[in-house]
Amino acid sequence: MISGYLITILITIIVYAILAHSLNVITGHAGQISLGHAAFFGIGAYTSALLYTGGGFPFWASVPLAAVVAGVVGAVLGIPCLRVRDDFLAITTMGIGFVVEAVFLYLPFFGGAMGIGGINLPKWFGREMSKPEYFLLILIVFVLLILFDRRLGRSWIGLAWSSIREDEQAAEAMGVDVVRFKVMAFVLGSTIAGLAGGFYAHFLTFIMPQNFGFGQSILILCMVVFGGIGTRWGPILGAVILGILPEISRPIMEYRTFVYGLLLLAMMRFQPGGLLGEESTLPRMLRRIQFRPSENR
Amino acid sequence: MALLNIDGLSKEFDGLRALDQVSFTAEKGEILGIIGPNGAGKTTLFNIISGIYPASDGEVAFQGKSILRMKPHQVSRLGIGRTFQIVRPFPNLNVETNILVAYGHRFYPDLWNSTGPFRRADTLKEVQILLEKTGLQPYQKQLAKNLPLGIKKRVEIARALALEPRLLLLDEPSGGLRFEESARLMGLIRTVRDQGISVLLIEHNMQVVMDLCNRIVVLDHGSKIAEGSPETIRSNPQVIEAYLGKSVRLEDEED
Ligand SMILES: Nc1ncnc2c1ncn2[C@@H]1O[C@H](COP(=O)(O)OP(=O)(O)OP(=O)(O)O)[C@@H](O)[C@H]1O
Ligand SMILES: [Mg+2]
Repeated sequence: MISGYLITILITIIVYAILAHSLNVITGHAGQISLGHAAFFGIGAYTSALLYTGGGFPFWASVPLAAVVAGVVGAVLGIPCLRVRDDFLAITTMGIGFVVEAVFLYLPFFGGAMGIGGINLPKWFGREMSKPEYFLLILIVFVLLILFDRRLGRSWIGLAWSSIREDEQAAEAMGVDVVRFKVMAFVLGSTIAGLAGGFYAHFLTFIMPQNFGFGQSILILCMVVFGGIGTRWGPILGAVILGILPEISRPIMEYRTFVYGLLLLAMMRFQPGGLLGEESTLPRMLRRIQFRPSENR
Repeated sequence: MALLNIDGLSKEFDGLRALDQVSFTAEKGEILGIIGPNGAGKTTLFNIISGIYPASDGEVAFQGKSILRMKPHQVSRLGIGRTFQIVRPFPNLNVETNILVAYGHRFYPDLWNSTGPFRRADTLKEVQILLEKTGLQPYQKQLAKNLPLGIKKRVEIARALALEPRLLLLDEPSGGLRFEESARLMGLIRTVRDQGISVLLIEHNMQVVMDLCNRIVVLDHGSKIAEGSPETIRSNPQVIEAYLGKSVRLEDEED
């Protein structure tokens, strides 16, 4: 049997992998920076928690609804933000992050600093799911998300995102409705982050505002950048590595932000594209081993 | 009815009048030259037509319909393609994909259509024809950022043609090019015109302008100072004055 400790780490990592993937949709695919992504993770977690503990919704309804609510909030907040010029987006999304965290913290409805407890693992076949089963469930969702991402990457939407990331002004001169496609990326990224939040809440069994603060947003961004922004597997690899590091070493856990900061600086210096970036060492080595005819990107 | 009708167009940038009551029309199937010294307002004119800047005053109508309040993507979908004075192809996309972005104008407006794969046999066939026509076939799979300037400029034109435009706005297509490259590009522009696409051509190289354009509009300090055939423009004293005032000779011109 897999030990409870290992399965806890695995679930944490896969939640982070989904989360990093969700930010990658916004920042990697469409090229829009977000410094407040944890807000949507939190909106998903709180929605699911409140529906489950207060509304009597089962897990199977509360988690999908969490994704929907995060997506809707993403649309409401994203539309005005994405209309303004790029330069403000970093600040605006950071603001969103702070405001959402403050709402969780100061509105009694959300349980204040104590957060919300009593959120359990889902039930199926008349009993509570075991942790390994829960891990498999999230893994399946994750695989489906990656397949969906692959399909999107090959679609006109994916192409429009690439063009916006490359050159916004040229993109709109080529018929790309820039604001609409940016909002699409933002909503999709927020929805997936909300989904991750739902899974996270039911696994932790209690949630607090600190889980979804600025530090968390930056951590997600680190994972994406470290692994390779815009690549499909880079952010996931980033989530795995940065997720495992603090678990295997106590000192790293204690100096987490410091270690991540150093890693990121080293990355920017030696591999600015991230571990799996198009022109980074690792993919080059892999390409040399197994030559694949390169499609576009 | 003229294809493009510009009427009393003005643009002010914090007190600076970049365009001042400019009016002219462009007809179907013509190459209309837009010339003028540096800072005359030529690029600003393009930016207003293509919806990047709002105008301060005046009207721009395309096929009889006002396009002044339209966004750039709407203007381009309506059939106005453009290139940029400082080239901006999508650097990390290959030539083929650069062109596909513009073919997307058929799919972007509908959410369901835009979820379909962008590599479709029918569109790829059209891309091939376009690559052949623009002489870009050898560069098909190369990233745009690795191409020399002349090829980048051709990529921009090919991309604009993929919009299936009725009007093409070309901002100094020969700028920075060697003679042979520039000559090839002019050949391409002629072919485009022969297919019934109208061209507004901003150009500093007078040789090119006189060769290619059937009519010329001259801007200076934001105002139209002359309009007419190449012959009348060449001998127009006001035009010569505008150029000589900037100590630039009409024959050789480089930025
Ligand atoms: N976005 C802007 N903000 C402020 N001023 C601008 C802007 N764009 C252009 N201008 C000013 O408007 C005037 C006209 O510029 P424009 O670029 O249209 O000239 P041009 O005729 O294209 O010149 P060139 O031959 O050098 O390309 C210039 O004085 C320029 O500085
Ligand atoms: Mg100019």
